[in-house]
Amino acid sequence: MESKTILLVEDNSDDEALTLRALKKNNIKNEVVIARDGAEALEYLFGTGKYAGRNTSLTPQVVLLDLKLPKVEGLEVLRRVRADQRTKLLPVVILTSSNEEQDRIDGYGLGANSYVRKPVDFSQFMDAARQLGLYWLILNEAPPVRRT
Amino acid sequence: MLGVRNYSIATKLTVVNMLVSGAALVIACLVFVAYDLISFRQSMVYNLSIQAQMAGSNSVSPLLFNDPQAAENTLSALRAARSVVSAGIYTLDGRPFATYWRDGLDQPLTPPQVPAGKTELHWFKDGQLALVRSIVFQGKPTGIVYIRSDLRDMTLRLQRYAGIAAMVLLASLLAALLVASMFQRAVAQPIVHLAQTARIVSRDKNYAMRATPTGKRDEPDVLIGAFNEMLEQIQERDSALRKAHDELEQNVQERTAQLAASNKELEAFSYSVSHDLRAPLRGIDGFSLALLEDYADRLDDEGKIHLQRIRAATQRMGLLIDDLLNLSRMTRAEIRKEVVNLSALAHSVAEVVQETLPERRIEFRIEDRLEARVDPNLMRVVLENLLGNACKFTSKRASACIEFGKTHCNGSSAYFVRDNGAGFDPAYANRLFGAFQRLHGTSEFPGTGIGLATVQRIIHRHGGKIWAEGAVEKGAVFYFTL
Repeated sequence: MESKTILLVEDNSDDEALTLRALKKNNIKNEVVIARDGAEALEYLFGTGKYAGRNTSLTPQVVLLDLKLPKVEGLEVLRRVRADQRTKLLPVVILTSSNEEQDRIDGYGLGANSYVRKPVDFSQFMDAARQLGLYWLILNEAPPVRRT
Repeated sequence: MLGVRNYSIATKLTVVNMLVSGAALVIACLVFVAYDLISFRQSMVYNLSIQAQMAGSNSVSPLLFNDPQAAENTLSALRAARSVVSAGIYTLDGRPFATYWRDGLDQPLTPPQVPAGKTELHWFKDGQLALVRSIVFQGKPTGIVYIRSDLRDMTLRLQRYAGIAAMVLLASLLAALLVASMFQRAVAQPIVHLAQTARIVSRDKNYAMRATPTGKRDEPDVLIGAFNEMLEQIQERDSALRKAHDELEQNVQERTAQLAASNKELEAFSYSVSHDLRAPLRGIDGFSLALLEDYADRLDDEGKIHLQRIRAATQRMGLLIDDLLNLSRMTRAEIRKEVVNLSALAHSVAEVVQETLPERRIEFRIEDRLEARVDPNLMRVVLENLLGNACKFTSKRASACIEFGKTHCNGSSAYFVRDNGAGFDPAYANRLFGAFQRLHGTSEFPGTGIGLATVQRIIHRHGGKIWAEGAVEKGAVFYFTL
């Protein structure tokens, strides 16, 4: 069976732990691949560097992308994902602390599928994670995977 | 002089010069000719008188001896005098004795009487000079001589004079023209040059131009000197002004650049605050909840309350950060003014506020047809805060009444939001609009103390003023102008 992995791009270990906890608490048991900066996320998606040789046809079901990231910024990651044939249609959800208007404009402008603001209140965050999982992993039909 | 008005000064000078010299010459010629004519006439009369005397004395004996032939011979001697038209010797009773006609005509003429006591009479008539003279012999009148002469000589002389006068006039006018052109070079040229320079200066705004001095210490030179001095002063002021302007421009550019830089910094800072400051809060809240969920059995009630307080404080901190970011966003946001129906906007805000407080009974009194040129988004924030505050501070009233309208204050119109709520101590009125300033405890009325600071910034950015009136438990009125 196809593994419906989630790619979580997050540099803050607290946020990472809390996101994983929220997913677990909501019974989302998909494999979560964690990239701690933008460069690592791109390496995973395109099978380079640390992930050289990875079968890139196995694309994640959804990418949860933070915006403020070391090395390569979140918006730049999104731009390169959309520019590449292999990942052009990949569902990307921006999951960030920022609610700056400009970030939202840029995010959607570069082709983000959703923009979710991480609330401070963890109960609200749990709720957001539940809905995200429900929507992107169960309800949403992923685009057909290109076989190479 | 109307026609002369628009000519150049050089032409005017030449015209004046020629008019003056021409007039002087014409007057001189006229006087001279008149004098000459008078003396010529006198000499004519004198000559004719001599001829009459000669003819008369030569005719005495022919008269005495009644020999008209001899008298005619005497008269024919007058042929030498070309101008004599006719001459006649008459007897005392006026009978012609002997006559002479230059052109062969022979008309009978009646000589006029010589008045008593006079021997001679002359007059000018019909282009002729006529003269009668008594012929006296040994103290007794014996006859009359009547002689007439034409004025051909005088006319000839007059024509000659006119010709000479015209030539002299022409020659002197030419000389005057010559003198005038030299004069023009000396006087008019510097003035013409000055006028040209002035024209160029005023046309090109080129204050570096200078008129060339004549170096003669005359009035035009003084004029040129003063003009150049003025130009120099203007040039100095101009360059000083330009320098000041350039400096100002540069200052403005520098300040603008600084402002842009600090704005950018502020933006980066806000972004950082929004992103980085919230992340740890999420951690605190999240892990506190994790403790409450996973370790509930190992925590007593007090421990759980502590954790709940940690979570509440964290969430409040999150709220503060959000409000602070909002405040900073209101400061940076670009203002796009348009005509906004404030009454409709207030109704819409009131509706939203009422929806969030379904258990409250609030009466909104909103004046109709209020319009202003404002940024609709920022104005909504203002009304949300003011009407929201009014709702908040009337929460302990059984019946809350909130008004929004327009009134006149100190000669200008101001909008107001009035409530019948908790009010405030007017002594602290000036602290109302400071960020994080609160006049009530959080437990009494919730809030972060940033709302009115945000409102004030928006009003200031619209060029308006905001102030408040109130008393404890007597309600509050917030006035603002736009």
